Amino acid sequence: MKVKVISRSTDEFTRERSQDLQRVFHNYDPNLRTQEKAVEYVRALNAAKLEKIYARPFIGAMDGHIDAVSCMAKNPNYLKGMFSGSMDGDIRLWDIASRRTICQFPGHRGAVRGLAASTDGRVLVSCGTDSTVRLWNVPVATIVESDDLSNTSSEPLAVYVWKNAFWAVDHQWDGDLFATAGAQVDIWNHNRSQPVNSFEWGTDTVISVRFNPGEPNVFATSASDRSIALYDLRMSSPARKVIMRTKTNSISWNPMEPMNFTAANEDTNCYSYDARKLDEAKCVHKDHVSAVMDIDYSPTGREFVTGSYDRTVRIFQYNGGHSREIYHTKRMQRVFCVKFSCDASYVISGSDDTNLRLWKAKASEQLGVLLPRERRKHEYQEAAMNRYKHLPEIKRIVRHRHLPRPIYKASQIRRTMTDTEKRKEERRKAHSTPGSIVTRPLRKRRIIQEVE
Amino acid sequence: MVVQQENGTPGQILPPVEKEISDELDMKVKKYLRGEVTNLGDVKDKKLKGELGVREEFYGKSAQAAAKAEKWLMPSEGGYLEAEHMEKVWRIKQEDIAHAVDISSSRKQYDIVLPELGPYTLDFTSSGRYMAASGRKGHLAVVDMNNMHLVRELQVRETVRDVVFLHNELFFAAAQKKYVYIYNRDGIELHCLKEHGAVLKLQFLKNHFLLASINKFGQLHYQDVTMGEMIGNIRTGLGRCDVMKMNSFNGVVALGHSSGTVTMWKPTTSAPLVKMLCHHGPVSAMAFHPNGHLMATSGRERKIKIWDLRKFGVVQTLPGHAKTLDFSQRGLLAAGTGSFAQILGDLSGSQNYSRYMTHSMAKGYQVQKVLFRPYEDVLGIGHSMGWSSILIPGSGEPNFDTWLANPYETSKQRREKEVHSLLDKLPPETIMLDPSTIGTVRTPTKKEKPTKQERQSEMEAAVDAVKGTTLKKKTKGRNKPSKRAKKKQEGIAIIKRPFLEQNKKEEEMAKKKQKLSQEVELPAALQRFARKKAM
Repeated sequence: MKVKVISRSTDEFTRERSQDLQRVFHNYDPNLRTQEKAVEYVRALNAAKLEKIYARPFIGAMDGHIDAVSCMAKNPNYLKGMFSGSMDGDIRLWDIASRRTICQFPGHRGAVRGLAASTDGRVLVSCGTDSTVRLWNVPVATIVESDDLSNTSSEPLAVYVWKNAFWAVDHQWDGDLFATAGAQVDIWNHNRSQPVNSFEWGTDTVISVRFNPGEPNVFATSASDRSIALYDLRMSSPARKVIMRTKTNSISWNPMEPMNFTAANEDTNCYSYDARKLDEAKCVHKDHVSAVMDIDYSPTGREFVTGSYDRTVRIFQYNGGHSREIYHTKRMQRVFCVKFSCDASYVISGSDDTNLRLWKAKASEQLGVLLPRERRKHEYQEAAMNRYKHLPEIKRIVRHRHLPRPIYKASQIRRTMTDTEKRKEERRKAHSTPGSIVTRPLRKRRIIQEVE
Repeated sequence: MVVQQENGTPGQILPPVEKEISDELDMKVKKYLRGEVTNLGDVKDKKLKGELGVREEFYGKSAQAAAKAEKWLMPSEGGYLEAEHMEKVWRIKQEDIAHAVDISSSRKQYDIVLPELGPYTLDFTSSGRYMAASGRKGHLAVVDMNNMHLVRELQVRETVRDVVFLHNELFFAAAQKKYVYIYNRDGIELHCLKEHGAVLKLQFLKNHFLLASINKFGQLHYQDVTMGEMIGNIRTGLGRCDVMKMNSFNGVVALGHSSGTVTMWKPTTSAPLVKMLCHHGPVSAMAFHPNGHLMATSGRERKIKIWDLRKFGVVQTLPGHAKTLDFSQRGLLAAGTGSFAQILGDLSGSQNYSRYMTHSMAKGYQVQKVLFRPYEDVLGIGHSMGWSSILIPGSGEPNFDTWLANPYETSKQRREKEVHSLLDKLPPETIMLDPSTIGTVRTPTKKEKPTKQERQSEMEAAVDAVKGTTLKKKTKGRNKPSKRAKKKQEGIAIIKRPFLEQNKKEEEMAKKKQKLSQEVELPAALQRFARKKAM
C-alpha cells in the first residue's frame, strides 16, 4: 500500500515573525474561481461607476488678466511655465503648480495676438495688433523658484515695428527663426529688426501659423480666404494650398507623426490632414456646436484638445470622429486658446472671462505619487473596463457626459439639420438619373480645391 | 537509440523526459485557456482582427505561464492511495492508513461521540478551516479544525434541521423549528428570518450573498444577507422537499422531489430552469461536481445516477442507496447510507465512477451527512451519534489560493477579504445555466420581418414576372386577345393575393391596437361605460 495525504505544517504557510510579510500562495485553477466572468463583469461595472464618481477634471482657475485671454504659449524648457497674452496687451508668465503669475511683460499697446517661445525656452516672442513684434528674455527657472512671490516685470529684449497688425506668431523648432502672420507671412530672425523673408499668396489676411515639429523648415498657415497653406523656407514661394468652404482658425501638427496636422475649422469640425495628400481629410472630428477657436496636440500625439466658441473644451482621439471628453463650467466663456501641458497630463484653456483654467487631461486620474499596488489596481480596472466596454450598461455609464442646456439643444438642432440634409440628398438621388448625383464623403465635401 | 519526433513540429527532437513534460504542460495549458481559441479567419475587419490576434496571443501566453507555475511552483502535492501486490484499494481500512501517514494527518481521524443530541449535520467554510455542526435536538457548535479548538457551542432548545456558514466563519445560519436564525461566532442571535418559514434545508450562494432555503411547503426563498432584501420567493408546487444543493459553478439551486424529479432554479424566474425526471422513486440525495458538468443523484429505488449537465443525460447508473452525497474538490464522490460510507472515484479518468474506498462505522450509527473538507484529504461524517472524520487520500485540492480561500487566514486578511468580496458581489441576474454567456453578444435568432416597402417591391417583382411570361399559342377561339388578357390578369391576381391578405391583416391589427389604446385612455370613472369586448 502506497499512501500520501495532504499534510501542511502551519510554519510553512504562515510568517515566522510578526514583522514579516504575510505569505501568499497562488493557484490559478479555473475550477476554484467559480463564475469568474460574472465577477469580472461586476468589477468592470464598478470600475466604470468609480471612474464617473472620481471624474473631477477642473483643478483651478488662474485669474490676473483684466481682459480676455487671446493666446498662450508653452515653455518647452520648463514644465510649469505657461505664457498668456490678453486683449489689453498684457503678457504674463504663470507657474502652473502654484497657479500664480511669476512675471509680467508690459509693453504692447493693443491686443496681443500671438505668443511663441523658442525651443530652448530663453526667448519669448510676442506680436499684436499694435504692429510690433517684441522679443523678451524669459527669467531663468531657478531664479523664478527662489523668489516666486515677487511679481517681477521685465523689459523687452527688442521691439520691431512693422507695417501691419499681426495675427499670430510661431517659433521654429531648434532654430532661431520665427514666423509672424498678418497681411502676409514674415520670417524673422532674432537679431534682425526686419523680416528676412516674406511670403504672400493672395490678398487675404493670414490668421494662424504653425511650424512643423519634425521638419524645421516647413510650416502651415491658415488665412481668412478659407485656405490652409503649406510653406517651405527653402523655397521662394509657398508650396501648396487647400481651400475649404469655411475658415480655419488654428492648426496643430501631430508631434509624433509630423506629416499629419489637424485644422480647427469655423464650421464646428476639426479636420485631420496628411500634408502630402490635401485633397481629402484623413478624419473629421465632429462634436462642437460652434466655431473651434484653437487646437493643440498632446505630446504623445494620440489625442488633441480643442477650445470652442461654444464655451467648451473637448478632447479628441487623433483618429476618433467624436470627442472622448468635454469640459465646461458655468463661468467659462468663449474659449480662445487651449494648450496641452508638456507632460500630457493637463490641459490649460484661456477664455473670454479673463481666466486661464487648468484641467486634468484624464478626468478621473488620481493625482500625486501612486503606490505600485494602486497603480496595478488602476491598470486592472482599466483593462476590465476595456474588455467589457461594448456591453450596454458599461457603455452607457462610460459614455455619459452632462452637457449644458444650450449645448445640448444646439447639438440636437445640428443633428436635425444634418439628418434633414441627408434625407433630402437621398431623395434627390432617388428621383434623378442614376449616377447623375454623386454624394461626396464628408472628408471631401468641405474641400473646394487644392492649389499647387 | 530511438528518436521520438513530434508530429506537429518536424525537426524538433526532444529527449523522452522533456517530451513527457511538454505533453503534460500542453494538457495544463488547455485547462487554463478556458475554451477554444477564437477563429480569426472569419473576421473581415482588419483592425479588429489585429486587435483580437494580439489578445489571443496574450491569453496563450498567460495560460502557458499559469501551466508552468502549476507544474513547478506549487508548494504541495496531492494525496493518493495505491494498492500493491494482491491488495484491493477498497479493502484498505482507516486504521491501516492511520499507521502509514504522519502523526499530524492521523490526528484528523477521529470520532466525536455525542449520543444525546444527534443526528448531526455539518458545514465547512470555503477554506475548510472552520466547521459548524448542528444536532437535531438543538446543539450548535463551531469548531476550528486546524487546532481542534471549540470556538463556540450553544443549545437552542428546539429542533435544528440544517446549519450553513455565511460568507465567512463569523456568521452562520441555522434552520430551526419555526424560523431560520442567523448567529454570529459568539453564539449571539443576530436575525430571525421569519419569512422563510419552517425551513428544511439551507444553502448559501457565496458570490451573490444569497441565503437560499426550502421550507416544508416546498417554497424556495432567496434572501440577500447584505441588505436583508428578499430576492426571490418561489412556490415550487411540487410538495415537501428536503433535498437541496447549490451548483457552485453557476449558482443554480437544484431541488430533489419525492416524485423523482430534479428541478433547477434561479431567483429571478418563478418557473424552473430545468425539470428532469431522474428517478422512479423519490430523490434522496444530490451533489454537484465542482467543475459544474456532473451531477450525482440517488433515489429511493436504490440507484445512484451520474448525469452530464451539458446534455442532461445519464452518464452512469450505479446500484445502491445513498442518504447523502458529496463531491470532493478532486472529483471523488462520497455516498453515505446507514452506518456505511462509500467513496467512488473516477479512477480511469473517463467519467466512469467505481469503488475507491469504503468505511463502516459502529453498528447502529445512522449517517446524516457526508461532507468533504475543502483543501484537505478529509471526509466529515455527521451521524446519529455525533460526527466522525476519516482520511480519504486524493480527495482535496492540495494547493490553496490565498486570495480565494486561505486556511491560515488572519483576522486582518479576513476583514480585507470581506470588503473585497462585498465589492464583487454579483447581482442575482448572473445566476444562469451557462455562466460563460455573460459578456458575450447575443446572436439574433429571429429573422426580422420584411418591411412594408420590401413586401411591396417583392409583390411588384412577382407581378412583373407574371406579365413577362409568354402564353402558349392555343387553338382557334381560345387564342383570342381578350381571352389571353383575361388569363394574364388571373395570373396576376393569384400572385397578388397573399401580399394583399397580409396587408389587410396588418391593417386590422393596427386598428385593434388603436382601439385598445383608446380604451386605455378613458379615465377610471368612465371605463364602465366603455363598449364591452365581444367574447
